[in-house]
Amino acid sequence: MAPLGPSPRRRLSLLTRRDKVVLGWMVGVPLLLDLALIWGAAIVSFLLSFTNWTGIGGITASNVVGLQNYEDLFDGTYPFFWPAVQHNLLWLAFLMFVATPLGIFMAVLLDREIRGTRVYQTVFYLPVVLSLAVIGLIWQLQYSVDNGFVDNALRALGNENPPDWFGDPRLNIWSAVVAASWRHVGYIMILYLAGLKAFDPTLREAATMDGASERQTFFHVVFPAMRPINIVIVVITAIEALRAFDIAYIINGGRNGLELLSTLITNNSISESNRIGFGSAIAVVLLVISLVPITAFLVRMTREEQT
Amino acid sequence: MTIATVVRPVAVAVRPRRRLRPRRVLLYGFLTFMAAIWLFPLVWAIYTALRPYADTQQHGYVSLATSLSIDNFVNAWNQANIRQAYVNTAIVAVPGVIVTLLAASLVAFALSRFSWRFNLLVLLLFTAGNLLPQQVIIVPLYRLYLLLPIPPPLSDNGLLYDQYVGITLIHIVFQTGFSVFVLSNYMKTLPQELMEAALVDGASVFRIWRSIVMPLCRPALAALAILEFTFIYNDFFWALMLMKTGDRRPITASLQNLQGQFFIDTNLLAAGALLAAVPTIVVFFVLQRQFVRGLTLGSTKG
Repeated sequence: MAPLGPSPRRRLSLLTRRDKVVLGWMVGVPLLLDLALIWGAAIVSFLLSFTNWTGIGGITASNVVGLQNYEDLFDGTYPFFWPAVQHNLLWLAFLMFVATPLGIFMAVLLDREIRGTRVYQTVFYLPVVLSLAVIGLIWQLQYSVDNGFVDNALRALGNENPPDWFGDPRLNIWSAVVAASWRHVGYIMILYLAGLKAFDPTLREAATMDGASERQTFFHVVFPAMRPINIVIVVITAIEALRAFDIAYIINGGRNGLELLSTLITNNSISESNRIGFGSAIAVVLLVISLVPITAFLVRMTREEQT
Repeated sequence: MTIATVVRPVAVAVRPRRRLRPRRVLLYGFLTFMAAIWLFPLVWAIYTALRPYADTQQHGYVSLATSLSIDNFVNAWNQANIRQAYVNTAIVAVPGVIVTLLAASLVAFALSRFSWRFNLLVLLLFTAGNLLPQQVIIVPLYRLYLLLPIPPPLSDNGLLYDQYVGITLIHIVFQTGFSVFVLSNYMKTLPQELMEAALVDGASVFRIWRSIVMPLCRPALAALAILEFTFIYNDFFWALMLMKTGDRRPITASLQNLQGQFFIDTNLLAAGALLAAVPTIVVFFVLQRQFVRGLTLGSTKG
């Protein structure tokens, strides 16, 4: 439905020329900044990915290397690319199949008439207000070999050689995603709980009256009816997984088992190294992957606008 | 509504007494167990931060404390210059939130209350821009920040890089996308008639935005302000990449320095991390309802 009802064109003609100019500025200035700093930057990333520019001096024709950067990425010349892709996928899978379902499950449990439900809710979404950097440090206090809780508790139980959760390159990606899940579960729980609260209770009651068990009611009535919010949650989970950066960076700078596409970009192009063209190629890969969940979200938005 | 309220009490009164008792106990048991797990990392951080270093060295970390004090907090505060980091955060976050909400409310107003040809496209551009991983655009942005000349009152090195104004600018641009999305959804739910009447009476669009739409949006703006404050407060990435001088880094990005400084003294690290977390936790407890509303406004309509 058009915002101004059945005949938008007539309404728009009520505006004076000055009004139209004012409206143009209202949208134009923020839009221009958004286009320049975000979309413009994304396009420049794309262009830079075909060069070997190091950031010193201008870019000349001799800097253009075609698809060389992408070849180095895909054929394994650069050894960290495929591991990083794997880590991102693992991060995504863990959030999607462990943390997100757990968040939904907690929301469903807390949606019943439960005494002290607000206390439980507060506990579960407390981590949501913390930054991922703080979360990385808080979990350091759990995971540290010498000074952390887990390994000291394991030693007290007789395990002489407890794992180095954040140091062991085969292990640390799992430790990090568990820490990230501590926050993600609460986030999903809030979103889903809001959706459940808005759910029409008569539908559920009808199902119960027909003799459906609680599980049947959830999977056959509630869950399908929550489709719009399910999409949002899947999209948010995917984007969180692609954005993962802060925890890995604060643990060890995103190295030694914690390589993610995001940390490869900054480590190649900003920190110590200045392989700007190469880092941009990684950024383009991340951009292309991100466009999948983003497009899913936009399609849903467009449909809603048109109904 | 009436049927629902009539049916419900009966169903609730009959069922739990018969079969559901053990399941109910199981439910509470499970929730309490999960809540304990969820709270543990935070409680442990507080416990560690309150223990003197000597105490943990002598008895180990998993032990009963022989003494507790706030010395670690005091030391972290002094050594890591946390006061300055808070000030830096305020310098970035306060104008950041205000300008973001102003800009987003103007855009959302123009997009949601008037029909243009490119309405949807513009809305999609803003929303999608906010959904991109920040790392996708950081390389060109970093170069741009090193290139673009900025006059002295705004910047003391003539650039956007390593400046409060640079960090604030990218926050505003990035967060406006999210706020436009939330506010335009909200504005679509507002009654149409008031605005149309004002338009017919000859009020200017600016006047309608200021005197009709903005007051009606107050609940959404309040929720969004709190949420945006937490987003900007919690930012690690932009400040880490675009602010080089340690003394200028906002609190969350300055955790990176903390990490290096207190590498050996875990207790001090715990205290520093908690100091960085306290403001958002306080905001959360005081304004929990707005915070949750802000988050859910983004995913559901109205």
